[in-house]
Order: sequence, then structure tokens, then C-alpha cells
Amino acid sequence: MEKTWNNKAWFLVLPVLVLVAFSAVIPLMTVVNYSVQDTFGNNEFFWAGTDWFTEILTSPRFWDALWRNLIFSAVILAIEVPLGILIALNMPKHGPGVPVCLVLMALPLLIPWNVVGTIWQVFGRVDIGLLGYFLNSLGISYNYTQNPAHAWATVIVMDVWHWTSLVVLLCYAGLVSIPDAYYQAARIDGASRWSVFRHIQLPKMKRVLLIAVLLRFMDSFMIYTEPFVVTGGGPGNSTTFLSIDLVKMAIGQFDLGPAAAMSIIYFLIILLLSWVFYTVMTQSDAEQN
Amino acid sequence: MNFSWMAWTLPTALFFITIFLLIAAMGIWEFFSPGGGPRVGILRFETTRGDRLFVSLLGAAFIHLAWLGLGGPSLWWALALSVVYAIGVFRFV
Repeated sequence: MEKTWNNKAWFLVLPVLVLVAFSAVIPLMTVVNYSVQDTFGNNEFFWAGTDWFTEILTSPRFWDALWRNLIFSAVILAIEVPLGILIALNMPKHGPGVPVCLVLMALPLLIPWNVVGTIWQVFGRVDIGLLGYFLNSLGISYNYTQNPAHAWATVIVMDVWHWTSLVVLLCYAGLVSIPDAYYQAARIDGASRWSVFRHIQLPKMKRVLLIAVLLRFMDSFMIYTEPFVVTGGGPGNSTTFLSIDLVKMAIGQFDLGPAAAMSIIYFLIILLLSWVFYTVMTQSDAEQN
Repeated sequence: MNFSWMAWTLPTALFFITIFLLIAAMGIWEFFSPGGGPRVGILRFETTRGDRLFVSLLGAAFIHLAWLGLGGPSLWWALALSVVYAIGVFRFV
């Protein structure tokens, strides 16, 4: 059938284009402009060329923060996605338990990020925090302010507590959209619980899982508020992720040129990894169909 | 309107004009040959002209960054390599 072409549709896209231009394109252009100049304020700029990019790319501080971020995102995805699927599979699909579970799952998502950080900062404290005091009374010398491994564990558990619900809710939405006829057919065929999951539930969840993985990857790769409130990037630099390093550089040191160059590199890495995730997942979906 | 807060320079202005011209050229190409020219190339999945431009620009950005990190401050070779890479992407991907 011949497609109908109506160029008036472009006008409907115009508001979105204007919004994206003001919220993303113009700020991005400004960051690019800053990344090749140096400034000491008063709107005075001095040409620096590619110096800031070279400085960032040859700086161990940047590479350390990048590796920390990549490891953090990999750990977060490895925990939150399977855990989210597991919880969604075990949530009730009918009856009064449904709204109770949904509200419980939505609660962590409703708490502002800085409040989550404050909750865990207090919770983990050895003197007044329930977690810190409990672990120490068990003989585990837990102290996230002095031990990098403990700081990492705290930040990871906090993120899992805060964001697994998002994966759960997305997976649950995918699961409840599966018609009962699929399960009835599986029962008639004598399919095992694993087979039902592998051949019915997982394929039906694939699209929402793609969104969940992308959102969780991008969020965890850009994480700032929670670790900043809990550890402030420490002890030492052990939990200094790229965003924390970037803020220290831009606001703490007022090095706007290097900070802009780092922002662009950071943005390109997120863009590349998101594109790879999206392409791999949509292509495997297309091959299956 | 005063855009001095955006700290414009001639090289960055030329850079963005080039990007916008590329996107405009893609729009004109699409107008004369609608459908995006989908095909399956060496990556073994379907890409359109827009996908190929995106891969070219993203790849060019990383070629320039790699050149700055491993080579030197002169980016002319990186630019030449990026053009060759983009031709390769449009031809084979």
C-alpha cells in the first residue's frame, strides 16, 4: 500500500525540537565552546585549542574515575536486573496483594536522591546507625568512612535498594501483559517452570528489559548525589565516580575548560555504550522475530 | 540577542555549521530518495543512512580523542582518518 505523505506533520514535531534545542543542544554547544577555551570569569575567554582534551585523556585521575564508574555500572546491572526479574516473577498477579506490592515497590523511587544518601549515611554510621552498629556488634569492623571496600559495598547496596524497584515495576508490567492463553498452552504441553520463563516470560519482557537496562546503565553511569552524600567520593578517591570528579573540577576548582572537555568525553562514552546496548538488544529481538 | 555567554569561537562555529549542513544534506537526500536506504552490511544488522551518519560521527569523535590521547595535538591526520572511516561506514555498514 502506498504511504500517505503529509508534510504538515513536521509542525507537530516542532515543539519537541524547540524544547530539545533549549534543554540539550544549546547547553551542549556552550560546553563544546568552553572546552577549547580558558576563562577566569567576567565572560573573558582565551583560546586553548585541544589542550584540555589532551590533559584529561592523559590524566590518571580521569581513567581511574572512568574504571570505577564502569565497574560500578557492571555490578549494578549484574545485581539489579536478575533481582528485579526474580521479584517481579514472585509478585502476585491478582488479588489484594497487587496494590500492596506495587506501593511497596514504588516507595524507594519516590524518595529524593539526596534523602536516600542521607538515610544510608546515617544507617551505616558506626555510632548511631543501625547497620553500622549491628555489623560491628557481630564482630565485623564495618566502617564506610575509612575502608574503601565498605564504602563500595554501602554505595552498591544503597543503589540496589533505591533502584531495583524500577526494574521490578517494568518487568511486572511486561509480565501482566502476557495473556493467560500462553500459560494454558504451556500447562497442556507440560512445560516446566524454567521453560515457561525461558520461552514465554523472558521473550515477552525483552522490550521492557531493554528499557530497564538502558535506564539503569545510564543512571548508574551518571550517578552523583547518593555517593556524594554518603562518602563524598572517599575514603581517598575510592568512590569518586566521573560525575563527582567533574563537579570537583568545575565547581571546586573552577577549571571550566578541563571540566567542559571531560563532560564531552563523558557524554561520548555514554552515547557509545547506550548505542551498543540498544543495538545489541534490538537486533537480538529482531532476529528472534 | 547577545550570545557572548555561549563563548563562540570561529572553529567551534565552523564545527557546528558542518554538523548542521550534514544533517540538512541527509534531509535533502531523504526527500529525493525516501525510506532511509535500509540495508544489512558487515555489522550483520539493518542500518539506515541516518544510522550510518551517526556511526560515522561517533566514530570520528573517538578517532579524534584517540589521536589526542596517543598521538599529538595536530588533528589533521585524525580528520583524514575520520573521512576514510566515514566513507567506509557509508560503503560497507
